[in-house]
Parts: sequence; structure tokens; C-alpha cells
Amino acid sequence: MRVRGLVKSYGPVEAVRGIDLDIRSGEIFALLGPNGAGKTTTVEILEGYRRRDGGEVAVLGCDPGRDRATMLPRVGIVLQKTGVERYLTVIETVQMYASYYPRPRSPDEVVDLVGLTAKRDSRVTKLSGGQARRLDMAVALAGDPDLLFLDEPTTGFDPSARREAWEVVKSLASLGKTVLLTTHYMDEAQYLADRVAVIAAGQIVAEGSPATLGDRNVAGARIRYRLPGGVTPPDGFAGPPDSDGFLVVTSTDPVRDLYRLTGWAIGNGIPLDGLEVIRPSLEDVYLALTSELEARA
Amino acid sequence: MNTLRLTGVQLRYVNKAFWRNPASAFFTFAFPLMFLVIFTALLGHYTVQIGSRTINTSTYYVASMACFSVLTACFNNIASAVTFQREDAVLKRAHGTPLPGSAFLGARILHAVLIAVALVVITAAFGRAVYGADIPTGSTLLRFIVALLVGSAAFCALGLAATAVIPNADAAAPVVNAIILPLEFLSGIFIAFGNTTPSWILWVARVFPVRHFVLSMQAGFLGTPFKWTDVLVVAAWGVAGMLLAIRFFSWEPRQA
Repeated sequence: MRVRGLVKSYGPVEAVRGIDLDIRSGEIFALLGPNGAGKTTTVEILEGYRRRDGGEVAVLGCDPGRDRATMLPRVGIVLQKTGVERYLTVIETVQMYASYYPRPRSPDEVVDLVGLTAKRDSRVTKLSGGQARRLDMAVALAGDPDLLFLDEPTTGFDPSARREAWEVVKSLASLGKTVLLTTHYMDEAQYLADRVAVIAAGQIVAEGSPATLGDRNVAGARIRYRLPGGVTPPDGFAGPPDSDGFLVVTSTDPVRDLYRLTGWAIGNGIPLDGLEVIRPSLEDVYLALTSELEARA
Repeated sequence: MNTLRLTGVQLRYVNKAFWRNPASAFFTFAFPLMFLVIFTALLGHYTVQIGSRTINTSTYYVASMACFSVLTACFNNIASAVTFQREDAVLKRAHGTPLPGSAFLGARILHAVLIAVALVVITAAFGRAVYGADIPTGSTLLRFIVALLVGSAAFCALGLAATAVIPNADAAAPVVNAIILPLEFLSGIFIAFGNTTPSWILWVARVFPVRHFVLSMQAGFLGTPFKWTDVLVVAAWGVAGMLLAIRFFSWEPRQA
């Protein structure tokens, strides 16, 4: 999938302002961003639900605006909010959707893949929230797509339901499916995605693997500690204490700096209360990246 | 060809889902008969003058309730069921699959028409058995079938068009009733027209399709004159409904 300079406005509101994306086949790609950042608009343009105002889009070699009919048999779409025919069972629902596709996957296999075999003959109205979401995935998988769109697959879920949904997505990767996922949960992107793009105010502000996003692997660590009252910290380790009396210093070489600090503490017999080294979490990076842009928007 | 096959497959699932809701299925069939019994109990011992013919009101109501059941099964049902599916994002999901929109909606319409035909048969059989009503035979029957099928399809199309003015699922029943109930009264379904019927009502009846549909159906039951123009007016409304539906129909929920 290849996107260049995608733009879309709703009246005076620019929802998407020049997005570039490259998603390789077989990878799980997460589009991460706060609500209203343009995630759903972007994905719905790629799915062919919405028309773009400008830019180039190629999904499986098709332009979703022009060749949607050619594209649809090869993609599966899980919408953010969606319903199913209320009075059918799980297996009937999957069979019905499978019948729309030229080369469907066996419905029983699909039901098994999403872990709903025990609910195979239950009415869809009897499913829990997490099970219903897995049925959504089963429906999207019924046509054995090459590419799967998942728009906020776990929003509003309790932790165990999220875990269930995650395991299904993980298992899709092992089938060689390409997955484009949108989420505003950091841990979801971190756990599932091979690559992450952070979107804020309609623009991509960072892109990379969850481990390297926003130069997280090379960015400064922070050393946090507390001294007994009246003790002056050594050179280079000073700073205004926070409300709990902790001092926080940024370090580009935490091994050396920690050695200096602890050497000084042991040499002078001073305790370093609650000493810790903090790496910026994906969440810190994300908040830093998005807050600035959202504030401007 | 593929669209036809998919329509057929889809029709099976629509039908399956319909029978899975027994309360809804039961009352779909019982409702017109209930109205038939109530109306004939209240007003069945009078006569109606149509042209030169004198007709028992009990017989009149058999024809009326056959029409009423077609309107309910087609217009009311399509307008509200499709709105519900739209607001549940069932339509949006279907629109993200290779299933052509025409196959999805075609299956729903076909199912509604089949239910409408079944309702007319049941109403006619009940009317024949209980009230000794005449039922169409021979060439009358053929014309009757054409009028019935054209009417069912047209009111389905108008039901689809009506979804465009229904903003959300809660509004479906009020909007549908506000459109169809006055027209049913103003078309002489519940109370037969007489010499004193105000002319504005006759004009309303002449403009809208319900009265024309009623007249084409009455011809089968009551032996009144059958006019192809009535069928044509209904068909024209059906085409207009289809065009409006194509222009204004939405696959996406109106209320996010």
C-alpha cells in the first residue's frame, strides 16, 4: 500500500493534511493517534468509503476511489462501529459474508481462527462485546483477504476482551496477512505492530518500529533520586526538586553518569533514596509528539 | 448474472433471519387479519355503492385489508428495516464487501414482495372462508397479479426513498406512519368513499399512488372496472421512488 500527499477536508476543516504512508505486504502497521486526529478519515479513504480531495493512493495496486470493485474482493474491513444481521448464528453470519467473495476461506476455519468455535451455533445477539468484535474480524476474514483494515478494534473493551482480540490479530500475521490497524492505545500499537505511524492533526508526526519511534532508543534517559535534607548534589546532578523532593536529571550516557553519582554517594556515605533510571516510554514519545500539534490545531 | 446469483443467496439469509424472529413473523401475518375482523365487526353490515354496484362492506374490507397488508409489508417494512440496518452500520459493512448494493437491496425487496403476496393470499382465503368474498379468477386474476406485483415493487421503492427522510432509528416508526397512515385514510382503505366525500380528499387520492393501487386491487375482488392507468400511475410513482432512492440513499449511519 502506498499513499502520497493525501488530503481531505470537511468544509473548512482539514481532516487530513498531506499524509504519506508505505505499508509492506505481510506487516502489521498501526496508525496511532488521539481521537479526531484523522485516523478514521484516512482509513476510510483507503477502504474506498470516502473520496479524497487530493494525493495518490494505491491499495493492492488499485485506486480505492476508482477501482473499488476490483479491490473489495481482496480486502477485509472491520469498521469502528458495526452491526450484523441480528437473528443469524455465528456460523451463518460468516457463511453469508463468505458467499459474497470469489475465493472464500472455509467458514468453520475462520470461526476457529477467531476462537469462536464454542459459540459456532449461538445467535449473534448472545455474544459478549469481545466475542462480537471477534465475529467482526471473522466476517472481515471470510473472503480470505490479503489486506485487513482494523479501525480501533478494541476501543471500549475490558482488559481480557482486548487480550482476546489481540491474540486474533497476532495470529493473522502468521497467516501472512497485511494488517492496517488504527488505535489510540499505546500498548496496543506496541504489542501488535511491526511499524507505527503517529498521526496528529491530520499529519504523520513520526514513523518507525515501536522500539525506535521518535528516537526512543537514543533519546536521553532520566535519572531520578532523592537526597537527605541539607545535602548538596554533586556537579551536573543538581536541579530544582519536584514536589516529593526528587531530583530528575537527563542523561545521554546513563552508565557513566550513574557510576559518577553512586560513586559520589558511597564515597560520602549519602543514601540515594528511590534511585531509578527512566527510559522514555512509547507513551511519553507519543504524548510529546501529539500534544504540540494538537495544541496548534 | 453474478448479481442475480448473489441476490438469490442473500434472499435465503433475509428469509432465514425473518423466521428467526417468530413474534415479528407471527404479527406480520396476523395483523391484517386482525384489522379485517375488527373492521367487519364494526362496519361490516353496511353496503357501499361503487359505480352501479352495491357491495357488502365485509367484502369491501377484504379488498381493503389485502391492500393494507401490501403497503405494510412493502412500504412500512422496507423503510424501517433498512433504516435500522443503516443506523446499525449493517449497510456500511455490506457496502465494504464485493456484494453489489443492488443485490443487497434487491434481496430485501424481493423478500418483501413475497411476504406481500403471501399476505394477500391469506387475506383472500380468510375473506372467502369467513365472509364469502369473491376472489379473482381467470383473466381478472392475471390482471390482479400484475397490479399486485407492480404495487408491491413500487411501494418497496418508495420505502427505500423514504429512508432518506428518516434521520435515525427512533424516528423510523413515527415518520413512516405519518406518511402512510393519512394516505391510507385519504385513499378509502379504512372508510369507503361516498357521495359526500370532500373533493380535496378525492384530489389527494388522485395524486398519490395509494388510491390507484387500491382501485386496481378492488377490481379483482369487487368486480369493479379495472383500469391500466391505475397500474401505470402506481408504476410511475415506483420509478420516481427508485430514482429518489438512487439519488438520496445512504449506506452510512446518519447518527454516528
